[in-house]
Amino acid sequence: MNATTGRLVIVGASLAGLRAAEALRAGGFTGGLTIVGDEPHLPYDRPPLSKRILTADPAHDPAPGLTWDNDLPLPDGLDARWELGRPAVRLDPRGRTVTLADGTRLAYDGVLVATGATARGRPDPDRGVLTLRTRDDALRLRAELRPGRRLVVVGAGFLGGEIAAAARARGLAVTLVEAASLPLERAIGSVPGAFVAELHRRAGIDLRTGTTVTDFLFAHGRRLSGVRLSDGTETPADVAVQALGAAPATAWLAGSGIDIGDGVRCDVHLRALAPDGTVVPGVVAAGDVARVPHRLAGGTSIVLGHWTNAAEQGAVAAHTLLRPDEPRPFTGVPGFWSDLHGARIRSVGLPALADEVRVHEHDLPGRHLEVSYHRDGGLVGALTVGRTGRLVPYRRRLETASRDPASSAAHGHARPARVRS
Amino acid sequence: MRITVDMNLCESHGQCVFAAPGVFSFDDDDHLLYDATPADALRATVEAAAASCPVRAIGVTPR
Repeated sequence: MNATTGRLVIVGASLAGLRAAEALRAGGFTGGLTIVGDEPHLPYDRPPLSKRILTADPAHDPAPGLTWDNDLPLPDGLDARWELGRPAVRLDPRGRTVTLADGTRLAYDGVLVATGATARGRPDPDRGVLTLRTRDDALRLRAELRPGRRLVVVGAGFLGGEIAAAARARGLAVTLVEAASLPLERAIGSVPGAFVAELHRRAGIDLRTGTTVTDFLFAHGRRLSGVRLSDGTETPADVAVQALGAAPATAWLAGSGIDIGDGVRCDVHLRALAPDGTVVPGVVAAGDVARVPHRLAGGTSIVLGHWTNAAEQGAVAAHTLLRPDEPRPFTGVPGFWSDLHGARIRSVGLPALADEVRVHEHDLPGRHLEVSYHRDGGLVGALTVGRTGRLVPYRRRLETASRDPASSAAHGHARPARVRS
Repeated sequence: MRITVDMNLCESHGQCVFAAPGVFSFDDDDHLLYDATPADALRATVEAAAASCPVRAIGVTPR
């Protein structure tokens, strides 16, 4: 049975949402397609928000109404109705409706949840404490990054590290505060974490590890003047950014009957599940909001906030809506990247799962690193700096492991794994 | 079919090499090498590679 007519609603005008829409049309869907977005913008790429957009000259921004270079291209024949700047507030899978903030109800035959994630933290942008998730966040942050100012970045993960690097490039004095003993230690291990720490220090960033921010200090209550750290010291600051990760945007799904503990729980076909594990009819999910079983994680369900994950899941979720009787499993190999102080960090697989990290090349002055990640002796990931080509054989092995139903057993992943990225 | 890659956009993400390893490759310094005129039989693979590029640097046109 095919479902190439009817009404489909995609909630999330995002990379995952757009890739799903493209796949629906390419797969022969001729019915009504509505795409809902809480931001006023058409879909755009988020990775540049913490990279070139932060370092770009505002004079080169496009005039209002013109496209940005990180806007995603809209394919011909998409024929979608856009509901932008209108957040969805409720999903009723029994009545098959999505309700928007203004009370509008959209009836659907199938719905794809691609609402992404929201930044953790408690921003207070009017007083100089910001977060970064959206384009508007990035432009607001960039306006605050004036040369000579003092910036405190809370959290030295990839986002925090990229913000710190961009601010250094703009001529700010940057303090980067990290609770763990090394940046990214839990995500990519101690050797790569120490490598990244050294990149930050050589760029002139004041990296404070094993430290948290206990208080934001405001001059006369009006504007940030500094932060108090867990070691008892105070550091002056004109601007602070909280880069503490992101949480799946599932609040609007409360009461829908979908299991939304830590993301929308899905099966391998990206169908949303109820807490009892049964499929919630007509609902699929994709991207940063979805918690999906992964063979590389021994079948454990994981949420990944990565570009390729969103793009690939969008297409698979669309297929599940179009061909409900012939769904494909999602078998994508995770991957992520970061660019820090000119160093190209590229990774495949799930490094956070590793119980062993093997270092094959380590050359800090040359900005080269190659490490592989293993769990119970089996390959689970690899990471390089300036050596992307060396990821290819690792990626091939991971692809085989991800596709082959027998492979996770062959790799001996007996222990359940928990990953967050 | 003809492939063009905008090397001003390429950031060596490697997604094209993962998707179409016979067409795209890197040297050891992450410079992208590619066959600009692959066989038409590879069209689906090459189009998948182009779609997987995070910076949309790859163009595919009929010859």
